[in-house]
Amino acid sequence: MTQVLATTVVVASLYALLAAGYVLVYRATRVLNLAQGDMMTLGGYFLFFVAAAVPGRPALSIVTAAVLSALAGFAIYRLLMRPMAGHPIFAAVLVTVTLGILLRAAIVLVYTDRIRHPLPLLGLANPPRRLPGGAVVSTFDLATVLAAAALFIALFAFLRLSPLGIQMRAAGEKALLAAQRGINFQLLFALSWALAGFAGALAGILYANNVRLDPSLGVLGLKAFAVALVGGLDSLGGVIPGALIVAAIEVLSVRYGDPLLADVSPFLCLLAMLLVRPWGLFGTKEELERV
Amino acid sequence: MPLGGGYFKTTYAGDLALVDTRLRRTALAAALLALLLLPRFASSFVLDLITQTALAAIGALALNLLTGLAGQVSLGHAGFIAAGAFTTGVLVEHRMPSPLLALPAAALVGAVLGVVVGIPALRLKGLYLALGTLALHHVVLYACGEFQNHWGANTGVSIPPPRFGGFVLKGTIAWYYALTAIAGLVLVLSVNLQRSRTGRAWMAIRDREIAAESVGIDVARYKVLAFVWSSALTSVAGALFAYQRAFVSVEAFGFFLAIEYIAMVIIGGLGSALGAVLGAAFVTLLPYGIDTAVAALRVPGGAEYYLFPLKFGAFGLLMAAFLVFEPQGLVGVWRRVRNWVFLWPLRYRPLRSAS
Repeated sequence: MTQVLATTVVVASLYALLAAGYVLVYRATRVLNLAQGDMMTLGGYFLFFVAAAVPGRPALSIVTAAVLSALAGFAIYRLLMRPMAGHPIFAAVLVTVTLGILLRAAIVLVYTDRIRHPLPLLGLANPPRRLPGGAVVSTFDLATVLAAAALFIALFAFLRLSPLGIQMRAAGEKALLAAQRGINFQLLFALSWALAGFAGALAGILYANNVRLDPSLGVLGLKAFAVALVGGLDSLGGVIPGALIVAAIEVLSVRYGDPLLADVSPFLCLLAMLLVRPWGLFGTKEELERV
Repeated sequence: MPLGGGYFKTTYAGDLALVDTRLRRTALAAALLALLLLPRFASSFVLDLITQTALAAIGALALNLLTGLAGQVSLGHAGFIAAGAFTTGVLVEHRMPSPLLALPAAALVGAVLGVVVGIPALRLKGLYLALGTLALHHVVLYACGEFQNHWGANTGVSIPPPRFGGFVLKGTIAWYYALTAIAGLVLVLSVNLQRSRTGRAWMAIRDREIAAESVGIDVARYKVLAFVWSSALTSVAGALFAYQRAFVSVEAFGFFLAIEYIAMVIIGGLGSALGAVLGAAFVTLLPYGIDTAVAALRVPGGAEYYLFPLKFGAFGLLMAAFLVFEPQGLVGVWRRVRNWVFLWPLRYRPLRSAS
């Protein structure tokens, strides 16, 4: 039982890291970034790249990889998403799909589709830890939970307290009004993308160390947007309960049902949510069509 | 579609006619004759490419009905294809391999799935609808995977060649004729739908839903109808896919397949049947085009290894380029070229029209 609980929290943390990226981008630009999963993979490969260049320096490698990913997020906004302003939202969403394809192609082109393990390059180990209560998780599982907690605390503090964070919320709520008050919303949108890249990279780095690194990790990203939707696409606070619900259903269905259900249970949550409350548990209520 | 050079239609019959001018009739007859005689001249490789294009075109035409005409976004197209293919698989497993049963059954399964998606879709819009169809795709794939693991061989289900009485559909040339004919039928069907009351209602809903409702279009009914038509046709395409490949496996119907179909209608040009066919041809032939180009350039050894990511990347790049620079797709390019030819040596058409 405690094992189920521990596994749920670990899976939920990974999803929460990814879903934070969806929510940040959606709040700013109303675009659902379907490439979030591939941005996570990119973060993992940045880590591999840095670790291969300077082996045995874990802190340096992880920080460099996360910063590179944030820069990549910034660049993606400037080069790909900003020209899509004024186009239909769906076209912009499709551009993120093509972005995912391009990222994956680039990764395969450079690193082939072999499975990689950056852990030995970093000179770290991943021993199992016994938690009080008897559950066993790996060290990087713990790190994932801590990273998710730290990221969310930092994001909340940033968005609530810092002037830049408040400006970011304002720009996301109504870009036109924000611009009239002298807020550089283009910069803030780019910053949202950079933060999304950063959050995705954290997930990618932890997952690469914990499990493996291969170009098709991005599939995890699709599952994570079930989390974002259950919590509410524009609600950062909703991500945490959303992640816990989706992860709990996934872990329980694998344990008591069919392992194949693991891939589909997040989408069943998503469907159920869409039928009942499309705006999610904590999202801003949107008007439904009446039939 | 008004042409340049002051060519206008003056009667309703003229507006509704599928082929209206003598030039078009001649061109159509020539194209049909060419398709009919092609197997005498072309290699089996070329025939196979055309067969694949025709198969893709059926799915693309079906998606175009939904996304291009009715304006309903779907990321679950691969799920409908899988549903059709696996309907065939299930029937084959139960010793009922006849296509006369499998094709209508696939259409029925697709239509039912269309209703299942279509009714919740009435409440959802845009992004949320796309997410719902994507979730449905995963649910359908899960069901297919369960079937494959429990009843089929673990890797997939083999499908025997379709048999109509004593005739067995087998070999490149037979498949070429069969699939181009079916694709032609679907093309006529979708153009017919487009010019009929249903198609006009769909386009009205796409352009402005409230206005459509206020002129008396039953929006709910026509939206569900769009889903039903599209998914039924798509499932039939899936069943044909299963027969043509002689094998179905869940791995063939990933999310990327749905993206490929969306790319077809976007690259071709949303809302145009001709565009769907052009897009299907483009997306199907692109990997072979890259193969040929690489072979012609004589890149030194080891290039084969880079081919896969290269094709994948080129596909993504082209899709992005069309989205950003040419939202009207290949059809838009074709219209501009045609108007340029009609108007030459002048540059602008005499009357500004909506096209």
